[in-house]
Amino acid sequence: MQGFQIALLVSLLTLVSPSFAALKVFACEPEWAALSKELGGDRVEVYSATSARQDVHRIQARPSLIARVRNADLVVCSGAELEAGWLPLLLRRAANARVQPGQVGHFMAAEQVERLDIPSSLDRAEGDVHAAGNPHVHLDPQRLLSIAHALGERLQRLDSANAGAYQSALQDFEARWSAAMRQWRQRAAPLAQKTVVVHHKDWRYLLDWLQMQAVASLEPKPGLPPSASHLARLKAQMAKQPAAMILRAAYQEARPSLWLSEQSGIPALELPYTVGGSERADDLFGLFDDTIDRLLLVIAK
Amino acid sequence: MKKITFPGAVFTLTCACLSVSAAQAADNSINPAISLILQGQYADYKNDPEAYELPGFMLGGEAGLAQAGFGLGHGELVMSANIDDGFFGRMTLALADHEGETEVELEEAYIETLGLGGGLTLRAGRYLSAIGYLNTQHTHAWDFIDAPLIYRGLFGNQLIDDGIQLRWLAPTDLFLQVGIELGRGERFPAGGAADDGKGSSAVFVKLGGDMGDSHSWQLGLSRWSAEVSGRQSGGHDHGGGAAEIPTFTGDSDISALDVVWKWAPEGNYARRNLKLQFEYFKRDEAGDVELENSGPPIESTTYQGEQEGWYLQAVYQFQPQWRVGLRYDRLDSSNTGSDPDVLAEAGLDNEGHKPERSSFMIDYARSEFSLLRLQFNRDESYEQADNQVYLQYVMSLGAHGAHQF
Repeated sequence: MQGFQIALLVSLLTLVSPSFAALKVFACEPEWAALSKELGGDRVEVYSATSARQDVHRIQARPSLIARVRNADLVVCSGAELEAGWLPLLLRRAANARVQPGQVGHFMAAEQVERLDIPSSLDRAEGDVHAAGNPHVHLDPQRLLSIAHALGERLQRLDSANAGAYQSALQDFEARWSAAMRQWRQRAAPLAQKTVVVHHKDWRYLLDWLQMQAVASLEPKPGLPPSASHLARLKAQMAKQPAAMILRAAYQEARPSLWLSEQSGIPALELPYTVGGSERADDLFGLFDDTIDRLLLVIAK
Repeated sequence: MKKITFPGAVFTLTCACLSVSAAQAADNSINPAISLILQGQYADYKNDPEAYELPGFMLGGEAGLAQAGFGLGHGELVMSANIDDGFFGRMTLALADHEGETEVELEEAYIETLGLGGGLTLRAGRYLSAIGYLNTQHTHAWDFIDAPLIYRGLFGNQLIDDGIQLRWLAPTDLFLQVGIELGRGERFPAGGAADDGKGSSAVFVKLGGDMGDSHSWQLGLSRWSAEVSGRQSGGHDHGGGAAEIPTFTGDSDISALDVVWKWAPEGNYARRNLKLQFEYFKRDEAGDVELENSGPPIESTTYQGEQEGWYLQAVYQFQPQWRVGLRYDRLDSSNTGSDPDVLAEAGLDNEGHKPERSSFMIDYARSEFSLLRLQFNRDESYEQADNQVYLQYVMSLGAHGAHQF
């Protein structure tokens, strides 16, 4: 009986104590939730606003998200206008001074690194273009490491009592990540110079890192769904100059890429895109392991 | 291809990024976000839209129907920005044509705090009252071209007031928000800015959350009260002389319940989603109604009013860009007074009729910034049923709009 009481006490303590001290992190996307966990360990309690099955351009500022931002110590998002439709509204409605723009608790990952495709002129006739450049930066492991450094520093500033622990977590992550990157590089070598058709421009940084090249998008303009006439044009283009594969993310509709694949004989491939997008992509390491293996499998055929 | 290793490059990039980050922090746009909304429609009616009435309700505000044929909807110019680290500000100018003249109306002009602490937010200025659900959304964000009948009947489409609003968000994972508003009470359906310009007040509670990945919901309860002094309703003349304008003075209380439920497979709204929305309002009024410009002596009556109504709507996006929607409206009223003839003149005699309306719409959004809509109403607001057809466009230029739940 006494043993039971002690066990109950211990389990209650373990339930209560970590959450008592933990930094509450609100991550807009699963990749930043995963990175926060890597760098914060059990000193952070991470909530991801979205999953790999959701198109983050189209999220609504729903009540549950407002409630989570209300209590957050740190908001970690992509920024660069990716969440333009919902994050500003969440921040206003959540009445949380700690996470407003300019505060220590406000961390925009894409704004920590140099971005590609910053448009020289802005015209919505070109689709939903981002003035701050392409925000899908997490698929470049080098940029991700830069962001890890900035985020690690941010955690140290936020929770200075545990600065040493965040510092060593960052070093540990960097060592593991750099080793993994070398290995990915080697394995991915056969992918260099391969051409692909993408669904949306969310593969920009991955392709740049792997020295692959996107020759067409299934979306006629960024943000517009693939249309029949556009797909027909792509079919003609592929007949002349076939790409190696057609890429889509787990959250994107499969039909357009499957149609083009059927018509052109070019393999269509679903990639996890972010953590949680496939069974193997259960953390950032798994995300890249799985992505590279899937790409290699296609060109090996 | 040879083996490539990058340990050195990683560190160079890391250092470079720190300077980029500093530049980004300063690169916060100082100018307000500006967006311009352009709306227009083609309307076709079986009945004369000028003859529109809603028996049992004193209509005011923007309660009428859009003119037949081609017409412009509200143009809106919205400007907003963080003022500093403590305040946010927003202004909405509505430009509308009324009988050939362009009128500018200040629809919103408010400031609010960005984190008073403790989950509190204070707003001051002119704003859309937090009563009900649809009221806080601008007309261009509505799923149908016209307001629910109960909004038309009680608010003249939308309840806007000048004053202050204080809201508190509970520190729980369940969304729980309570708020109060104190208003001037000059605009319809209040009137006269009673009590030295503090004539109206409201309280509201909102609860919300998710159920699994695919479902989200919100429930709201609200109550609005006003001391009304001389609220004018649409007048009509009896051949020559000034129009007789029904005018109400007394107390007005509105209670509201709103429920919203949204579904999207795995929470991915981009492909398919469904939104169900229900609101119920009940208004109690007590006071006097007189007909301005009547008599002499001025005709008047005591007035005890009870009006209620609800609507239920479902909007389904069955594939990207395309949505269909159904809506059903129903109203009822029970108004009594010392002089039934004056009540009837004021539109408060429901003539034994319970207004109802059924609507169907289909819309196409090429991108998030443009929308084309076709809508049919079978409108039984008054005894003669009307068939209404609308073709509408809603376009937004400039800043990215907010994805309000």
